[in-house]
Amino acid sequence: MASSADKVFAPWEDAYEQPLIRFKNVTKRFGDFTAIDDITLDIYTREFFALLGPSGCGKTTLMRMLAGFEKPTTGSTTLDNKDLANVPANRRPVNMMFQSYALFPHLSVYDNIAFGLKRSKMPKGEIPDRVEEMLRLTRLQKFAKRKPHQISGGQRQRVALARSLAKAPKLLLLDEPLGALDKKLRQDTQFELMDIQEKTGTTFVIVTHDQEEAMTVASRVAVMDAGVIVQVATPGAIYETPNSVYVADFIGDVNLMPGYAKISGSRAVITWAEGQPPIYSKTDLTAGTKCTFAIRPEKVSISEEEPGEDVNKVQGKVLDIAYLGNLSTYHVELPDGKVIKAQVANERRIANRRFTWEDPVWLSWTDTAGVVLTK
Amino acid sequence: MRRLFLIAVPYLWLLALFLVPFAIVLRISFSDIALAIPPYTPTLDTSEGVWAGIRDLVSQFDFENYEFLTGDDLYWKAYLSSLQIAALSTFFTLLVGFPIAYGMARAPQEWRATLMMLIILPFWTSFLIRVYAWIGILGTEGYLNQLLLSLGLIDAALTILNTQIAVYIGIVYTYLPFMVLPIYAALERMDESLLEAAEDLGCSRTSAFWLVTVPLAKNGVIAGCFLVFIPALGEFVIPSLLGGSDTLMIGKVLWEEFFSNRDWPVASTVAVILLLILIIPIILFQRNEQRLREEEDA
Repeated sequence: MASSADKVFAPWEDAYEQPLIRFKNVTKRFGDFTAIDDITLDIYTREFFALLGPSGCGKTTLMRMLAGFEKPTTGSTTLDNKDLANVPANRRPVNMMFQSYALFPHLSVYDNIAFGLKRSKMPKGEIPDRVEEMLRLTRLQKFAKRKPHQISGGQRQRVALARSLAKAPKLLLLDEPLGALDKKLRQDTQFELMDIQEKTGTTFVIVTHDQEEAMTVASRVAVMDAGVIVQVATPGAIYETPNSVYVADFIGDVNLMPGYAKISGSRAVITWAEGQPPIYSKTDLTAGTKCTFAIRPEKVSISEEEPGEDVNKVQGKVLDIAYLGNLSTYHVELPDGKVIKAQVANERRIANRRFTWEDPVWLSWTDTAGVVLTK
Repeated sequence: MRRLFLIAVPYLWLLALFLVPFAIVLRISFSDIALAIPPYTPTLDTSEGVWAGIRDLVSQFDFENYEFLTGDDLYWKAYLSSLQIAALSTFFTLLVGFPIAYGMARAPQEWRATLMMLIILPFWTSFLIRVYAWIGILGTEGYLNQLLLSLGLIDAALTILNTQIAVYIGIVYTYLPFMVLPIYAALERMDESLLEAAEDLGCSRTSAFWLVTVPLAKNGVIAGCFLVFIPALGEFVIPSLLGGSDTLMIGKVLWEEFFSNRDWPVASTVAVILLLILIIPIILFQRNEQRLREEEDA
């Protein structure tokens, strides 16, 4: 543990690391519909990997292929360098936690957890110890004798987790594992999941449509759209340097300003609205092109006076204020009708708020605050 | 007041349509046969007042008919053979009904209503006519024999009609919906991801069926078996139309006592004992239903 602490966990950056799972040009079609379109993806041992996307984007299909419930139409999937094509679901060292939990209603919590073990090669005498260990891990000892309908939703979720971890799979698949829980419980459970993942050292692949959940738990996130993976990166990189308008828009809140970029040195000069000064932004682009400038609301400063130091500044008036308690989002309307959002932490009590509706304000940001997207 | 009324309605119904007729049958079973109208004695004589009449009536009751029933082995054989036929045909109905219910529950959603319709459709025709139709199918000159002969599967016509086989066929055919519907209801509610979960945890398809599907269908199977067994035990029409003289069933014996022998007291005794035999499975059935409801409420 101590040795891994001083080195950041990033096997995907290590060229010599062998991935645990390897999707190679995988395509899945259901009739005319292409659910998965030529996906190539590596997932590494001990990763907590999130597949994120709106419903119907193919994330669940991709997961079900790992579980063995769907076969790819073309392409290959390997686990530990072994081809999975002809390995049926019940022979894979992979277990799945179902969205509906799929607990056996006729069996007690104990028997649910023992179900997989009884079907394995584990000697009969060792099963009770293993079940006991799982009950302890998920804090369910008190409920061992109860039936699934006699426990709460959160407890059921833990039984499902314990059952899928009992066989110590190489890979654990979680299909929207927290979808049925209320927000508070979901947040607690997210940390519990991360904790358990670390304790057991299992590779987790989680499917979710909740971007906050993916950002919280995952070591890497794959953002999917219509059967393709748009971007795979760490939560930080996905948020700060999205590779496309789709990703920037899907993750969190963002201001998108379409325009045209001219390159001057390492900066892009983006003309984006008539009567407004161009936006200056650091970029890797080398040639002028149509683009979209994307900036997160919390990186836009708001002030009464014209700010001196920042490179980019625009003037407008406060159109709307969304008060979230800890944060306030100001919707500022520019003279041409465009609206830019700026987010400010509420360090002061609401009565002392500096701006209110219709106030003229200045918005400003540095040349490194946003990104220039060409996709 | 309103609540009392609401509770009273079903109980009055039960009283009028079950308890009163049963009391009459019970009363006749304690009487003796007589060449009179009604064909039994004693009858209630209220000339010396109602109470004196009832007291006089009860004093003349005896258990002669019950003793008679134990003495003649015809009746015991009929009860036993009814139990056997009812039990076996329940089993056969289960064998036929389970796959049908399973198929229906696994069919695409949009088909299920139609399939359900097909199961219920026979009820739209008179039961009696449907049993008569089986005479046409099963007879020596019937469609089944004609088909088998023309296909060359048999050389001589099979004798099916007027044997116990025909009775089994008749009962399985008639009571099949009562088996299919509760099993279908149980299987249809089952979450299909349970089977995937079982497979994911190392089960083959077959063991997933035995470890998950069957236990979850159990309550439907139990309900279906009772719904077939209870009416099959007292069945009269099917054995008398399809079973011929070979088949001994208590329903037939009962009918003959009432209408051929006009021995109402013995017939009533047979009916009372049949009811006593039926009470056991009915209580078991009720208890199963209640347990289910409690489980669902929890």
